[in-house]
Amino acid sequence: MTLWLMAGLLFTPLAWAVLTLLTDFARGRLVTWGGILVQVLVSLGLWLTVARDGGFYYGLGGWDAPLGIELRVDGLAVTFVLLTAVVASACGWHAGIYIDPDKPWHRYFWPLFWFLWSGLNAVWLGDDLFNLYVGLELISLSAVGLVALGGKASALRASLRYLLAALLGSLAYLLGVALMYGQFGTLSIAGIASWLTEHPVPAGSGLALALMIAGLALKTALFPLHQWLPPAHGIAKSPVSALLSALVVKASFYIAARLWLELGEPLGNLVSAQLVGLLGSAAVVWGSWLACRQLQLKQVVAYSSVAQIGYLFLLFPLTYSVSESVSLQAQQGITLQVISHALAKAAMFLAAGNLILSVGSSRVDALAGVSRFLPFSLFSFGLAGVSLMSLPPSGGFAAKWLLLQASLESGQWWWVLVLLVGGLLSAAYVFRIFRASFLESPESDQFYHPARSLEVIPMILALLALGLGLVSEQVLSVMALPFEVEGSP
Amino acid sequence: MTAPLLYALVGAMLCGIGLFGLLRLSHLLRKLLAFNIMGSGVFLVMVGLPQHQGGQDPVPQALVLTGIVVAIAATALAIVLIRRYYHLSGMTSLEGETTSREGGPE
Amino acid sequence: MIWTLRTLFIAVVCLAFTGVLAASIWTIADKPSPVNLPQLLSENLDRSGVEHPVTAVLLNFRSYDTLLEIGVLVIAGIAGISMAKTATLEDPELRTSDSLLYALQRWFVPLMLVLAGYLLWAGSDRPGGAFQAGAVLAATGVLMRLGGIPMEFLRPGRLLRLGLALGFTVFLLVAVASAIGGEAFLAYPPGITKTLIVIIESVLTLSIAMVLLALFVSAPVNDAEDSEEGSSS
Repeated sequence: MTLWLMAGLLFTPLAWAVLTLLTDFARGRLVTWGGILVQVLVSLGLWLTVARDGGFYYGLGGWDAPLGIELRVDGLAVTFVLLTAVVASACGWHAGIYIDPDKPWHRYFWPLFWFLWSGLNAVWLGDDLFNLYVGLELISLSAVGLVALGGKASALRASLRYLLAALLGSLAYLLGVALMYGQFGTLSIAGIASWLTEHPVPAGSGLALALMIAGLALKTALFPLHQWLPPAHGIAKSPVSALLSALVVKASFYIAARLWLELGEPLGNLVSAQLVGLLGSAAVVWGSWLACRQLQLKQVVAYSSVAQIGYLFLLFPLTYSVSESVSLQAQQGITLQVISHALAKAAMFLAAGNLILSVGSSRVDALAGVSRFLPFSLFSFGLAGVSLMSLPPSGGFAAKWLLLQASLESGQWWWVLVLLVGGLLSAAYVFRIFRASFLESPESDQFYHPARSLEVIPMILALLALGLGLVSEQVLSVMALPFEVEGSP
Repeated sequence: MTAPLLYALVGAMLCGIGLFGLLRLSHLLRKLLAFNIMGSGVFLVMVGLPQHQGGQDPVPQALVLTGIVVAIAATALAIVLIRRYYHLSGMTSLEGETTSREGGPE
Repeated sequence: MIWTLRTLFIAVVCLAFTGVLAASIWTIADKPSPVNLPQLLSENLDRSGVEHPVTAVLLNFRSYDTLLEIGVLVIAGIAGISMAKTATLEDPELRTSDSLLYALQRWFVPLMLVLAGYLLWAGSDRPGGAFQAGAVLAATGVLMRLGGIPMEFLRPGRLLRLGLALGFTVFLLVAVASAIGGEAFLAYPPGITKTLIVIIESVLTLSIAMVLLALFVSAPVNDAEDSEEGSSS
């Protein structure tokens, strides 16, 4: 059974990438919707299996680590696989209606979408340093291809900037992998971590971890390496922006977090942990501030992503040389933050796409009067905003609450200030959009009405983000599950 | 000092040179070349370091082969994007409009 | 002035980076690594179906890497041809009718095809393999294109897309067939391992050549454009 689920999870996105490559956009849409169904069922099945029996390692090709590539299927990984299934199906569904099927180059949207999905699954499950690199490149190149789709000069400019940043980040990561392999002779993260628990830390191994985390931070757009993100996320088609903000940046963060939690204690040090936390805080403040000042609607949402990503990096100081319980609280808070931001930001970008489609302009001040005409999309935007502002009962609130407790209990009270300021500033940029849309415009009501299903999708995502706070206990309980008996699945 | 260790150290130098190029140069093709130099440096470190003491090791050789294919794919895609970008905007760098009259590739 | 200062700053940063990296490499190189992977590999080599260890790592022990790597190549190919908006990727202006090139071509094209075939076959017991063979094959294609030999299959139609996906598809089918046969995903059934690896290598060669050639050919551009989201132009 597990074999089938694993094969299905790894196989369907790749197979559907090939299938959709051979069809045109309209037929590709039908094929994709079928594939989404399969993928959601398989992800759910794997999640239920892990929730029942606990996690396991899965050796690909029948070879175990260190010779072969092992996948680590644990509670956290399957939770993210399921999250990806939810967000990606919403974006795929939205894109099928939103994207113009008559442009011939849009047929390439589907294969890139499926390759992106397969890369994400590879990263969530990966436990092999080099395999994670290939997974990251799979994600980066398909994301760049999606941003560049259409080939307009401004889109190319954004995608080139994105590509160069992503490539530099990958190289830094790969250099770290090279040093790690030279030092430990294995590529398995679990193998390195277990060796380190039994032996003293060898000299010269800190640089490898630092290089890897720096490269991944660049790919996650941590302040001050964030400049590539807003143009790329702002210029892409809305379903693509939603995928990029909700999932793609999380992939590189996820690897950095995994590395830190497994290897940070022996290889890291207090100064770098605090420094990363400080950069994250700067991202929260600076990103939110810039989000308040943008003139384009999608740029507001993109800068808000820079800010929300900043919170994630509080993981580093809050899990370094603190007690077991504080570390667990911080990890749970960050996981909830990842999930709630993924849902809320996908909802926000999709709703923003509807608003732009309706008013025919991407400027914030063009939204005047849209509140009367498109209240449903605007409401979804606001609900997603509630989660970003971290008001109860949203998932964002539960996440910040856990982070607040972790900061206070570890005596690092200064992060509390960041949480408060960030919440206030996010309220400022969300209300700014609302103010603009409630103004009455003197001009006539020339609004285009998008299809009803386009409006339903962001609403579902926003409601999920809002409801996450109510079921956070259940979600977190799956993540904390212990591994099965060591070794064989 | 063995030959593989020398490769690794030269790789470190190439990484530094490539990094300088990526940060300092503004012409997109030069940036891409700098990326490739840095990539070669990383591959040299990857293949040199483990073979310094362990003798011949096929695993990093295979990894580097995979890495090269990935780097080629990225480079080729970047060239396609750069050429189209140059064709549409007449610019060869990502910096502001002012640098647009530097002239393009032959 | 600011320009010089900035250059100086970047130079210092890069020098420091190189120094730290070299020092780290020097320190690491002194100690033997705790896991002896080459030995483990040579113990398992006879179960892998090929004699050459690098090929064994690429197509058996770490075949998932290779599968995803071909995926990356296909992505680059897709993104590349998505930029080309015309019915044909061929640009007649880029053909050269040089008599020297033409003469050279008659000698080189067959020779390079044979070389590609040799490289592919050599991969099983000495350096060589799908990627090297594919690169030579793509170079043959580039030479043919420069010499003006028409290549109909490079239209961005179904045939090209099929060619891009062929190697990847076969690889994937083998992976899934092994899962259906009850082994793990990507495990080759014992006995026919070598046959399967040869088949995969051959189709991969074709696909790799196809992707590289498509990217080379799709770099020239034309004027078709897509309107930006929200701007109702």
